[in-house]
Amino acid sequence: MKVGILLIYLYIGIGGVIGSLLRFFISYMSEHVWKAESFPIGTLITNILGAYLLGFVTNYFGSNDKISRRLQLAIGTGAIGSFTTLSTLSTDTVLLLERGVYFYAFLYVFLSVFGGLFAVYFGLRRVEVK
Amino acid sequence: MIIHLLLIAIGGFLGAIARFKVSQLLKEPLLGKIPLGTLTVNLIGSFLLGLIIGSSGDKDIYYLFGTGFMGAFTTFSTLNLEAVKLIQSKERLPAILYIVITYTFGIFFAFIGYFVGK
Repeated sequence: MKVGILLIYLYIGIGGVIGSLLRFFISYMSEHVWKAESFPIGTLITNILGAYLLGFVTNYFGSNDKISRRLQLAIGTGAIGSFTTLSTLSTDTVLLLERGVYFYAFLYVFLSVFGGLFAVYFGLRRVEVK
Repeated sequence: MIIHLLLIAIGGFLGAIARFKVSQLLKEPLLGKIPLGTLTVNLIGSFLLGLIIGSSGDKDIYYLFGTGFMGAFTTFSTLNLEAVKLIQSKERLPAILYIVITYTFGIFFAFIGYFVGK
């Protein structure tokens, strides 16, 4: 039992490493390669993509019992959970408000709210259709 | 660069486990169907990331605790999955409240943290 729970932590932790590094990679690309300095497009892309993927794997795991619970937690809770982030979304919005670009702040929150919900919805639907 | 990636990896490893632990502890008491575990990590994480960004100019601290830990500790995908599941089970009001509370207080706490840090 003790070893079992430690192994679950390890799986989730490794998922967390992968998700966090991928998130950093996308935000690095958006800042340094796509030069998106005025609008936090990196976090928006990560969050909406991650929401879609979580919907997708949730449905996939539900219809496929061959994948162990540990691996499900590593992918869903660990990797995708860590890939997406709410803290950066909140602080990005504060920084946009501080810069006085209220329309960008509004647009960012608006796109996150509806983009996130639709992304999960379509992710969940994809497997059902097949 | 390599040290930055290592700091993010360590933060992400611990942040993901901490989120799992908190959501396990807060699994049972649902605030009128609102998932408290995710709400708790997201609000605490928003405050702390605000605090880190407001107070620190140190890049290493930001990569370890900010990008790594708080980034992985808080989550956007689970929030939306939980909200859509509430909507699909005809719990529209809790779903709307959950979204509104998360964004309003997430941004508000980040704001408080940011200015406390400064």
